[in-house]
Amino acid sequence: MSTTPAAAEFKKEAAVITRDLRHRAVIRGALKKYEVVRDDKKARFQNWQQARYLASDIKWDAVNHLDTYLAEFAKNLEARGGKVHWASDAAQAREIILGIVKEKNAKAIVKSKVMTGEEIHINEALEEAGYEVVESDLGEYICQLRKEAPYHFVFPAMHLTRGEISQTFTKELGSAPTNSPEELTMIARRVLREKYIKADIGISGANFAIAETGMISITENEGNARLTCALPKTHIALMGIEKLLPKLSDLALFLPMLGTAGCGQLLTGYNTMYGGPKQPGEADGPEEFHVVLLDNRRTDLLASSEQRDALQCMRCGACLNVCPIYKNIGGHTYGTTYQGPIGSVITPHLRNLQEFKHLVFCSSLCGACTEACPVKIDLHHHLLQSRRDAIAEKAVWWERLTFKACAVIFNHAWVFSLGEKLGRIGQIFHPLIKNTPLDPARAWTASRELPKVAPQTFREWWSHRK
Amino acid sequence: MNITLFVPCYIDACYPKVGQSVVEILERLGHTIDCPREITCCGQPSFNSGYWDETREVAVKVLDRLKDAEVVVIISGSCGAMVKNFYPELFKGRPEEAAALALSEKVYEFSDFLVTKLGVTDLGARFPHKVTFHDGCHGRRELGIKAQPRALMAQVKGLELIEMEEAETCCGFGGTFSAKFPSVSSAMGEGKIASALETEAEYIVSNDSSCLMHQQGLIDRQNKPIKTIHLAEVLNHR
Repeated sequence: MSTTPAAAEFKKEAAVITRDLRHRAVIRGALKKYEVVRDDKKARFQNWQQARYLASDIKWDAVNHLDTYLAEFAKNLEARGGKVHWASDAAQAREIILGIVKEKNAKAIVKSKVMTGEEIHINEALEEAGYEVVESDLGEYICQLRKEAPYHFVFPAMHLTRGEISQTFTKELGSAPTNSPEELTMIARRVLREKYIKADIGISGANFAIAETGMISITENEGNARLTCALPKTHIALMGIEKLLPKLSDLALFLPMLGTAGCGQLLTGYNTMYGGPKQPGEADGPEEFHVVLLDNRRTDLLASSEQRDALQCMRCGACLNVCPIYKNIGGHTYGTTYQGPIGSVITPHLRNLQEFKHLVFCSSLCGACTEACPVKIDLHHHLLQSRRDAIAEKAVWWERLTFKACAVIFNHAWVFSLGEKLGRIGQIFHPLIKNTPLDPARAWTASRELPKVAPQTFREWWSHRK
Repeated sequence: MNITLFVPCYIDACYPKVGQSVVEILERLGHTIDCPREITCCGQPSFNSGYWDETREVAVKVLDRLKDAEVVVIISGSCGAMVKNFYPELFKGRPEEAAALALSEKVYEFSDFLVTKLGVTDLGARFPHKVTFHDGCHGRRELGIKAQPRALMAQVKGLELIEMEEAETCCGFGGTFSAKFPSVSSAMGEGKIASALETEAEYIVSNDSSCLMHQQGLIDRQNKPIKTIHLAEVLNHR
């Protein structure tokens, strides 16, 4: 494979982390618990498989009629005084948000979890412009203190032990070391409560946007999004255009489904609808409510009739949690905003296929992701299609030559048999070069023994027998 | 029944006993077996690597050679999925599409053929060992094979099946993936074998020799106290 800098970095990091047995144990331990609670909640659905079909149908309809649903959403939101902004790319989205922040003469900004924010690098842009931005989601806050990217788009700090989090807090906040999760939460809460009160602007994401009512829905467990959206005078919600759901009643399916698939909860601690700024007569709420609708090449993915269903994703993370690749290489190795199978499917579309093709090749195509996806995205087959597209665009000359040669060998049984005979001779001498730079099979033999060509092949046995 | 047997390339070269066991089992059940010499490989390595043109060169030959077969049995869930599910995809919108769909209809993975098509589970086998079963991903998720091998093993005298926790987790082979990303592939394999070892079984049994080839390669390198064996060999053991 021709190697891009992103691919080289990926391979280098993967080689290191896959040998890190501590990492392996931490991730396996964390996800084992997830599987148990997820299965318990799945069993409470009357029929989980039927629910998946239904959810997939609703999202498929939404994705295929985005034009009408987005217009309906915007119209309904604007009717209540919300402001809708359309951002065709990351730069435009940053410009819109910076524009609002400047206009409000903001001093402090608080943020709840928003993956599209990572996608457009909004923190960096705001900090560069001189604003303080504080993440209010506990996991995100820990990552921010450590100057790390989220490890997982649902559980940003799942790779860290309590001890490591305590160390981070001690170093950055001066708190006393502790091993108690409650205590760690309280340390963060004490700092963050101050930030909410001071903040002029709250930035959030959206899990769903309801066309029928012009509202956004946010799912969370910590209550931090509520504070982020309700306390500051201005609320900015940044979301991908694919987050639309046609009807309010769709949430009856999607909220439990997101909770179940995402973290093994039938409903998360808080599910809140936000429908605009404070209305006349209302005591609380932001004075201004902005929604930034981000395309950033989602419409390119929409144009792919084969892989469009990837826009059905509600970022529950279920595919990451079952992916043996993710479990072994971890979230940071991907080097992308969206990790795991869904990240490997959409990143080549949202960014560049040739630059990120290593992600579509780094899969055993086992299909655990597709089986887990609550909205039935055909994830592993999309990886296969992207491999085809990557090679059709730009083949690797020696791979093409190899497979052309293989076709000749496979299409002529006598050549294949000759190859087996040569293999039998070759394997006598192979130990001399095994796992050395001279070994043509080194990619295999560095960690594994090669199988042996049998003294009598099946074909030889068969013709002899007849 | 006239059964055409598709013996995958790596079984022909490295695991002939698996093919022999299948022939002997099916013949004992009274069927006639044909093993066409011209069929060597289904073309999956190039297909999964993105080289679909080169794959079609191999696959058209397979289509042609199997067009008159009454029923085709493939001794691998992975190669079975390739022919049954991916050939129609490979030839979508091409003149060969009809032939690919027709072939798809009459292709069976070996354990599925015994249980679903023939309705046989008891083959009079005896294998007095503790075993654990590896569900190959393609067999499990592309072809939906889960109960069939277990139904067959349940009738084997002396066999004790202890399911491992990670029975359905990929072993990390993934064809060319294992050579493109050896460190990731091997780490996955190590996880698989660790799960199998927890059961204290003597053998990892599977209906896919390719997965077993990967696992055995790691077992041999790391001297792990477990062996691998194909389901057909277990079912042919007396």
